[in-house]
Amino acid sequence: MSAASEHHHSPPTGITRWLFTTNHKDIGTMYLWFAFIMAMVGGVMALIIRAELWQPGLQIVDPQFFNQMITLHGLIMVFGLVMPAFVGFANWQIPMMIGAPDMALPRMNNWSFWLLPPAATLLMLSLVAPGGAPGAGWTLYPPLTLQTGMGMDFVILSVHMLGISSILGSINIISTILNMRAPGMALMKMPLFVWTWLITAYLLLAAIPVLAGAVTMLLTDRHFGTHFFDAAGGGDPVLFQHIFWFFGHPEVYILILPAFGVFSQIIPTFARKPLFGYSSMVYASASIAFLSFIVWAHHMYTVGMPMAGELFFMYATMLIAVPTGVKVFNWVSTMWRGSLTFETPMLYAIAGVFLFTIGGLSGLMLSITPADFQYHDTYFVVAHFHYVIFAGSVLAILGATYYWLPKWTGHMYNEKLGKLHFWLTVISFNLTFFPQHFLGLAGMPRRIPDYALQFADFNQWSSVGAFILGFSQLLFLYIVVKTIKGGEKATKEVWEGAEGLEWTLPSPPPYHSFTTAPKVS
Amino acid sequence: MFKASVTERRSGMILRVIAGFCLALVSGLAVAEYGLNLQKPVTPVAHKILELHNMIMVICLIIFVVVFSFMFYAIFMHRKSRGHKAAKFHESSTLEVVWSTIPFVILVGMAIPSTATLLYMDDTRDSELTVKITGYQWKWEYEYPDHGISYFSNLSTPREQIQNKSEKGEYYLLEVDEPMVLPVGKKVRFLITSNDVIHSWWVPQFGVKKDAIPGFINEMWTSIDEPGTYRGQCAELCGKGHGFMPIVVEAVEENEFKKWVSTQRDKILTAQASAARQWDKSELMARGKQVYSACIACHGANGEGAGPFPKLTGGKITTGPVADHLHIVFNGKPGTAMQAFGKQFNDADIAAVVTYERNAFGNNTGDIVQPSQVKALRK
Repeated sequence: MSAASEHHHSPPTGITRWLFTTNHKDIGTMYLWFAFIMAMVGGVMALIIRAELWQPGLQIVDPQFFNQMITLHGLIMVFGLVMPAFVGFANWQIPMMIGAPDMALPRMNNWSFWLLPPAATLLMLSLVAPGGAPGAGWTLYPPLTLQTGMGMDFVILSVHMLGISSILGSINIISTILNMRAPGMALMKMPLFVWTWLITAYLLLAAIPVLAGAVTMLLTDRHFGTHFFDAAGGGDPVLFQHIFWFFGHPEVYILILPAFGVFSQIIPTFARKPLFGYSSMVYASASIAFLSFIVWAHHMYTVGMPMAGELFFMYATMLIAVPTGVKVFNWVSTMWRGSLTFETPMLYAIAGVFLFTIGGLSGLMLSITPADFQYHDTYFVVAHFHYVIFAGSVLAILGATYYWLPKWTGHMYNEKLGKLHFWLTVISFNLTFFPQHFLGLAGMPRRIPDYALQFADFNQWSSVGAFILGFSQLLFLYIVVKTIKGGEKATKEVWEGAEGLEWTLPSPPPYHSFTTAPKVS
Repeated sequence: MFKASVTERRSGMILRVIAGFCLALVSGLAVAEYGLNLQKPVTPVAHKILELHNMIMVICLIIFVVVFSFMFYAIFMHRKSRGHKAAKFHESSTLEVVWSTIPFVILVGMAIPSTATLLYMDDTRDSELTVKITGYQWKWEYEYPDHGISYFSNLSTPREQIQNKSEKGEYYLLEVDEPMVLPVGKKVRFLITSNDVIHSWWVPQFGVKKDAIPGFINEMWTSIDEPGTYRGQCAELCGKGHGFMPIVVEAVEENEFKKWVSTQRDKILTAQASAARQWDKSELMARGKQVYSACIACHGANGEGAGPFPKLTGGKITTGPVADHLHIVFNGKPGTAMQAFGKQFNDADIAAVVTYERNAFGNNTGDIVQPSQVKALRK
């Protein structure tokens, strides 16, 4: 057995290494770079939006183009940044965390990554299609999307490809976790990142086909004479919203659950104390996943639902606060009486929990139906979901990169620069999005290219913050590239308090790790 | 774990922090005119929503401060650099039960007043006036079925202000040509629908927001406490002009409202009379230029078009047969943003705008369309 593991199989070189690779580490790396590139593209779009909103009046772009920017910004950040980034971490980490040599279905793994670049290209090409990209927001509500030119068809096909990629990735993750754990690694011994990914993968399997159905119905409405969503033909425009959000609400937990997993890895490491309430964390994640399927219509309180519907969705949504609260309390208790140090990953995890909770509490406010009539479709909602998705998911992605990069590259990153990047990101994030709560409450609708004069001051703050936030990420790129190229040698454990199988491998780990399964006691 | 005195001192500190936050919040409410909180409510529903909102926000702030004061205590006191040694505990069923139960109880406490407010908002019975609201890309139509009045309400902010060519007015983007007029103190029922895509009718000070959905009629109600001008905007993304379809409601005393109703009826009669006579070209061109302001959002100030919206200069329709041109303006083009303007404008306006489009921006067809030709289409 040991002779077999010594037979070292090194990767091919050049472009074919990346095109034909079935290695989980290579594929993980490609997912992460893809996510970074998409973050830059989506970020440029965000900066176009914020530049236009710098002051009242139309300055830079035409309102139609503005709408195309908000649509693509949303789609790219959700499907291009957050989802692929977490799949990248899953690829790198899950086999190393459960003691498996690779993913269960390595060739499918290659395919699920290589669907992404063409899908993203198609998404971007919609901009140059006749009539341009859809300007209906990432939610793609008809009848507005029935009015769009062929750019909408590009987006529909792109969403299909992104969806297939996600479904393949989920099947792979589920098969890997259920079949390839090292002997002794019982389900309730798995690291929490693996647990949250297992749950996320099931959410994806259940939710993505629903989105595929919704956009297919849009496609047939547009070209094949159906009238699912066209009231003039007896259809129902609200039906789309129900189907979309039946996917869309689980989707937001797809974006956040792996982040919870990341926080649950990082915090115990730097508190030098085991995660508090491991089993309650697992059960809380599972209940959040279950609840996510029965709360979708809280995105639609103003469409005119019957009273019973409004009340049901309000109560069900409020309930989500309970398992989410449990998670936050557990993280705080993990830190309580620990022996804390504050390296960059820990800073990201703490800021992530802290700021995500602001988003969680504004989410609780939004769940209250009568109050939501005032918040709905305002900047309050924009602030809310950026506190959840940016402060939750994106800060987790940044923290996880600092946390695992020394393991992957064998080099320590520059701690000083890492901290500088952290403070720049977190301060500018708050400068960008905190004032948007006030804008929303004061009555500024979202998705408008121009606004009344009383909203001018806060919009300027927000634009200044956005530009700092955007350009700070170039520092992140610099730090990562520099760490890949060299730096202080990282030890096997990397972090003093790190626990888990991945830290028993050398840094960087061999191209094929755990070719012999480790024993877990 | 701790000596009693330490615990007391610590909880005293936490209480002071909470009190400080609440004070900050209350003073925040006092400066509501700086736009930190919801706008000043002027209807019973908006009052109830504001109370609810303030209550939830205070609860959320308290929870936030309490939870994170523990975290920050740990951050300052339990750090390795102070030589703090990590404890070993990692589970407590008692704590898990406690911190699942307490939030649940708080949630029930929030759900009760929320349910009551929701039921109150939903009750549209016994209304004294009905107004039908229809969303269009990008304007509102207000219809008073009891009084036989209907008209369109368009943005009245000049394009020069939007393009930064002139100083912006006080109500930039929040002003219209014809506001909705309502009597104060009456229960008004709104019926709301749309002609094309989904819009949402929202006046923050009324606490009323409802989607306008084609093929559906939604219901809601309001009752305004005091006379005044109240402004809002479309809240659901409805295309290119989404940011440019404001809502203005004039709330007036009952007798003024009656006066307004009779003026509106006179206007309708005058318009009918003007359609009956022959118009000359300069008159049609002048009127047409005014009416064309409704077309600028898509077709451009000089008929240059943009993106999916066709240009009018030398176009197949604008320089082709008059009947086709009149047809598309009157009946619209299904599946696009081109609406059936026959419903929105009177005969003279349609005749004028078609004449204008055929003779402006270098389209020198020389054609003149008379209101009587438009009238012929109305059968």
